[in-house]
Amino acid sequence: MNNTNIPIASQKGAIPDPILAGLAAGWRVTDCARLNEDLVMEADVVIVGSGAGGGVTAEILARAGLRVLIVEEGALKSSTDFKMREADAYPALYQESAARKTRDKGINILQGRTVGGSTTVNWTSSFRTPPGTLAYWNKHYGLDGYTPESMAPWFAMMERRLNIAEWAPPPNENNDVLRRGAGKLGIPTGIIHRNVNGCWNLGYCGMGCPTNAKQSMLVTTIPAALELGAALLTRARAERLVIKGERVAQLDCVALDAAGLAPTGRRITLRAKHFVLSGGAINTPALLLRSVAPDPHGLLGKRTFLHPTLVSAAVFEQRVEAYAGAPQSVYSDHFLHTDAIDGAVGYKLEAPPLHPVLMSTTMAGFGARHARMMAQFPHAQALLALLRDGFHADAPGGSVALSGDGAAVLDYPIGDYLWDGARRALLSMAEIQFAAGAKTVMPVHEAAGEYTSWRQAKSAIAALPFKLLATRVVSAHVMGGCAMSADERLGVTAADGRYRGLRNVSVHDGSLFPTSIGANPQLSVYGVVARLASGLAQQLAS
Amino acid sequence: MDSNRRSFLKIGVAGAIALAAGGAVYRLAYAPTPGHRLALDGPATTLLTAVIPSMLGPVLPTEAAARAAAIRQTVDHVAGAIAGLPLSSQKEVQDLFGLLSMAPVRRLLAGVSGGWAHASPDAVDAFLQSWRHHRLQTLQTAYHALHDLIIGAWYAQPANWPAIGYPGPIKELA
Repeated sequence: MNNTNIPIASQKGAIPDPILAGLAAGWRVTDCARLNEDLVMEADVVIVGSGAGGGVTAEILARAGLRVLIVEEGALKSSTDFKMREADAYPALYQESAARKTRDKGINILQGRTVGGSTTVNWTSSFRTPPGTLAYWNKHYGLDGYTPESMAPWFAMMERRLNIAEWAPPPNENNDVLRRGAGKLGIPTGIIHRNVNGCWNLGYCGMGCPTNAKQSMLVTTIPAALELGAALLTRARAERLVIKGERVAQLDCVALDAAGLAPTGRRITLRAKHFVLSGGAINTPALLLRSVAPDPHGLLGKRTFLHPTLVSAAVFEQRVEAYAGAPQSVYSDHFLHTDAIDGAVGYKLEAPPLHPVLMSTTMAGFGARHARMMAQFPHAQALLALLRDGFHADAPGGSVALSGDGAAVLDYPIGDYLWDGARRALLSMAEIQFAAGAKTVMPVHEAAGEYTSWRQAKSAIAALPFKLLATRVVSAHVMGGCAMSADERLGVTAADGRYRGLRNVSVHDGSLFPTSIGANPQLSVYGVVARLASGLAQQLAS
Repeated sequence: MDSNRRSFLKIGVAGAIALAAGGAVYRLAYAPTPGHRLALDGPATTLLTAVIPSMLGPVLPTEAAARAAAIRQTVDHVAGAIAGLPLSSQKEVQDLFGLLSMAPVRRLLAGVSGGWAHASPDAVDAFLQSWRHHRLQTLQTAYHALHDLIIGAWYAQPANWPAIGYPGPIKELA
């Protein structure tokens, strides 16, 4: 039985590909790049996006017996395609070829665009929403149903579903530098929980897991939904919800070409009783803005958070091989707790994997200096500091708007409050790297040098000018823009994820968060959405 | 306001207008066809051929024929990287190349006289350094675009991995 227009390749190689097997077994998957004519489809529920929010929603609604249709802008790629090469992975699996940027190009954003969304390309770090974050939501957004206790069963359920557990093997050297350096300074660290099953410890999570060990949506919830008869459209861009009164009548989509760049001219019309928006915190607000969704208090697309992230590179005498082994296994929350959550901005410390393109484009400078640093690639180490934005009046996040052609544009200004955190973060990271024995430390900043001692780095970082473009700021966590709140003046969605003013629309992704999370957000999305989707399934069934 | 700052502002505003106008002029002349693979035109290739040696520095081979071949391949790989960007970004990059190829902009904003084909390595270095730290954000972003495109295209190539000691992914699965 064949229910797809994708030519089914035969299995080859040592690793069984569950996606090829599913297509052969009759999954209903349409690659809209291959459409020769317009398409009209109907379902009980249309889900826009197949990442953390869309995947979990799809499985739960399909298990409840609802007819589910998932729309994804990216393509269906699977382990057979995942060759661990950045040159292939970035254009194929990421939004804007992994070069998505804020309006002034000051912040580079890594976000997935493929079946499974960012979960297909993330580094597997899994944290429950910190209790302090939930307490802040409770106090400031009236979300009294979101307590550590009430959320615990939902986190536990998703931890079981995705095999999330503390990483047992030893951290790679890149992460162990964080553990050792922090330890010497009396700064506590922890071991990261990861959503993997039979991980080979290769280090290429960011290019799609070649062994299907990563329990992303691509190999868990999406296949489960498809087994239950859900349909999946790929290379379909959600353009506009057609609003009639208080209801959405249909979703208009356009088909994209195989490269995912230009519309082919084919149009797709999707009708459903209910629409769930799970396109992530840039694309979900943008879809609602294009649709001119109700927004009486001017909140839609506002308070978008990024965990603005600073990078500190170092070179060690010994080989670090930051490209090999589980990319993230050690973290420190110490600097999230040195001040109150709404005081001077706190930051979480982690280590990023280093692959040639990611590292070479992130490192500042050109010519001989850049080449000298790249020549030490196997000895290079890096730390990240994720600033916890959204908890202070001076860190209100950014805002999503539409460009002339209707594309989403995120404006994210950084003011003195966040720059103060950036400076402290670069200082903390350099001190830890030197404590672990670094020969040189290079804060990633156009005006920074290569420092050979903590003393030298300390005074140099204190004197660096902090401004966009000179200071390298990156993000892999986009949150907010459709905040949940008990108070309609504070959030466009209610505590149950329903969009206010549209009776048949829910938001199920990170755009629900009224602040940033203060930790890698995937498990927060899984847990919150598992709860919302279970509630929605009950409501739609009755 | 001192006179240095005033004249800087004047150049800044003029520069920004030139950048916007240059882009528009360039776009009218060389409108890209949506959905088609990007082919760099002659002036863009000449520009990149001049900028690549400065950006990459000593990683390029020194022997003349090998060096020329490496630069040529890098131009192709930059074109490949651009072709993977959203169409709006492709347009921005083409505007940047078009703008830098216009003689007045090259002379006044990049400080390179006499055409990119004849630009000395020192002049190109100075151009990159000045745009890298320029007070006009637009020029800084243009530097970053050249940095990421050229350096990313170079280190994406498996042929360039042995020189930095990167073993590449596990052979059995690659």
